[in-house]
Amino acid sequence: MSTEYVAVGVTILFTIATSLVLGRYMFKVFTGKRTLLDPLLLPIEKLVLRVTGVDPDEQQGWRQYSVSLLVSNIVMWLATFAIVSLQKVLPLNPDGIANMEPTLAFNTISSFTTNTNLQHYSGETGLSYFTQMFVITFLQFVTAATGVAACIAVIRGLAGNRLAQLGNFYVDMTRATVRVFLPLALVVGTILMWQGTPMTFEGAVHATTVEGQEQVIARGVVAPEVAIKQLGTNGGGYFGPNSTHPYENPTPLANFVESWSITIIPMAMVWTLGYMVSRRRLAVVIFATMLALYVPMVIFAVGQEAGGNPAIAAIGVDQSTGSTEGKEVRFGAGLSALWAVTTTVTSNGSVNAMHDSLTPLGGLMPLVGMWLNNIFGGVGVGFINMLIFVIVAVFVAGMMVGRTPEFLGKKVEGKEIKLASLALLWHPLAILAGTAVASYVWATTADPGTTLGWLKNPGAHGFSEMLYEFSSAAANNGSGFEGLGDNTPFWNISTGLVMLLSRYIPIIAPLALAGALAIKPAAPETSGTLRADSATFGFTLWAVIVILGLLMFMPVAVLGPIAEHLALMK
Amino acid sequence: MIRQLQLGIRFTLVTMVMLGGGYHAALWAIGQAAFPSQAEGSLIRRADGIIVGSRLIAQKFTRPEYFQSRPSGVDYNAASTGGTNHGPSNPDHLKAVQERLDAVMTQENATASQVPSELVTASGGGLDPHLPPAAVELQAARVAAARNVPVERVRELIATHIEPPTLGFLGRARVNVLELNLALDEEFQ
Repeated sequence: MSTEYVAVGVTILFTIATSLVLGRYMFKVFTGKRTLLDPLLLPIEKLVLRVTGVDPDEQQGWRQYSVSLLVSNIVMWLATFAIVSLQKVLPLNPDGIANMEPTLAFNTISSFTTNTNLQHYSGETGLSYFTQMFVITFLQFVTAATGVAACIAVIRGLAGNRLAQLGNFYVDMTRATVRVFLPLALVVGTILMWQGTPMTFEGAVHATTVEGQEQVIARGVVAPEVAIKQLGTNGGGYFGPNSTHPYENPTPLANFVESWSITIIPMAMVWTLGYMVSRRRLAVVIFATMLALYVPMVIFAVGQEAGGNPAIAAIGVDQSTGSTEGKEVRFGAGLSALWAVTTTVTSNGSVNAMHDSLTPLGGLMPLVGMWLNNIFGGVGVGFINMLIFVIVAVFVAGMMVGRTPEFLGKKVEGKEIKLASLALLWHPLAILAGTAVASYVWATTADPGTTLGWLKNPGAHGFSEMLYEFSSAAANNGSGFEGLGDNTPFWNISTGLVMLLSRYIPIIAPLALAGALAIKPAAPETSGTLRADSATFGFTLWAVIVILGLLMFMPVAVLGPIAEHLALMK
Repeated sequence: MIRQLQLGIRFTLVTMVMLGGGYHAALWAIGQAAFPSQAEGSLIRRADGIIVGSRLIAQKFTRPEYFQSRPSGVDYNAASTGGTNHGPSNPDHLKAVQERLDAVMTQENATASQVPSELVTASGGGLDPHLPPAAVELQAARVAAARNVPVERVRELIATHIEPPTLGFLGRARVNVLELNLALDEEFQ
């Protein structure tokens, strides 16, 4: 029990410590300062920009920046949709995988272009090696870079003083890809191969087991994808069961490196902000606020999973290692619970234990993580969500003390708050309306278990499965209560649309907000200024996040996980 | 707008080649040079070259002279993997656990409280190659009896196969079932 907490604590502390270094490095990369890796990476950056035909000195306002972002993403969507629809005849398909069916292809490509990585297919049976490389892994890099680019542009807007321009989208995108993700992914991929993650172009192995049966073992180009799936908070695994699969996550050390990879860039992003707006204290306050949400969730989840499942305890087996259904022996309850929280607060969505089989309240924590969607958050976009909450908190605090709300010396006015509200309210709307529609369809269909075949688990847990799916789509997370039979036109199309809207609304609205703030003059701070870099503000922010971000999910939490918990305790 | 489209297409092509092609080629080369065995899937070959399986992938053991693997939601199908996705309150789940427990209790002549839950619950990916030491030790007497060897010698073999938590605190102590069974065959022909 206590070693569980030691392992969890060491993982978190190590990630925080290294995020300081990476945050400084990213600041240098995005402000054009020299770094140690320049001799290696600068030539690649220049080559990509030259071939693309970008003038690195060209600056873009928020509109042009958004247009570039959308156009590049649309092109990627179309190109990768074509590949999965034709994968049968394309090269590198040793296991003879068929073309993807259109609604599944729509869902899959929307899922991967939005950095969500919700998977309604299973990798080992649904994708060729070519698709894994040129669609999945490719998108895992560039969509993560899209998020980072957008976040950097938003930060420039916040920091700007009468600034009309937010930077150049393709320059930011290339820098994020070539100088942040690529070197990290090469290192992480190498460590994973050392630990046992395969990297081969050979097809599945046909083994003859000790007892003489045939066992077909799927393998493939696994290590490169696992590295970037974690670093880019993508989460889409090579195999169906993701990082529970021993090939994707072979050892506790591999698990440590993968856990680190999930949060390292989102954590570093906070420090990058501190450097870019020249306010380290603000970064400390935001970071501490995030920790004050994250750490209690982790401790609670570890306690729930280590405590075991009361229904299994009633059967009488030795449950001293906690709830073990859907978990791997090498990780145990503690590291599984840590991962479940980390992967959902960051919009990563990879799993090292089956979330559908978590204890009811242990499974509530991933839901809470996705409802908040801003504690460290997905690379780039999660931090944008947090900055939106910061602006709302500034506004609320300003109203409470009767001053004009200001952030970084700039007045926060009606237009900014409208854009912030749009970004904030879309999220619960998508989740709650989506779950309501799905529940309605389920409840009004005769004999839904046979006709629809969606739910693997009855009762409150079945409701949680539908709730989880829409939460995951809206949070661009990608994990699932995988008992949900989700490869049907209803789920493919509904979650596909939710993923697209939930990706681009919370990127474009904040870019517009940043554009509006950038052109305003920054007033010098006076003694009357409400300081955002104080503990008081941190507490206000924490409270605003909990109240605004969670309260409206209370009813569904009660209907799903809490109802199941109470039933089990009975 | 035409220019925006041109930029989008060219950027997509160049990054697709770099990341889909170059990045994979680089890691493949590192794997071949430094970790060739892991890169092909940590396969275990017999002396005659036949592949028995992978040390990372659980396989099915049913005979009494072998230690059994962690239960699998997909019957150890390593070409289509997954968990059971049973929720904690699902009656099917509790029934499956009860059935596995009954089988283990009969087979190992044990009481319920002696059975570690890992032996009666399915793993996440369905291919968990490990069991906790207690779940292996529970099977020692049956394996020793089936092989007609003293149980102490089987226990000694188990002890040499326990992998401790990494650095003493990361993960759990565990035994690789396939490797242990191969060692059994080698030790007690």
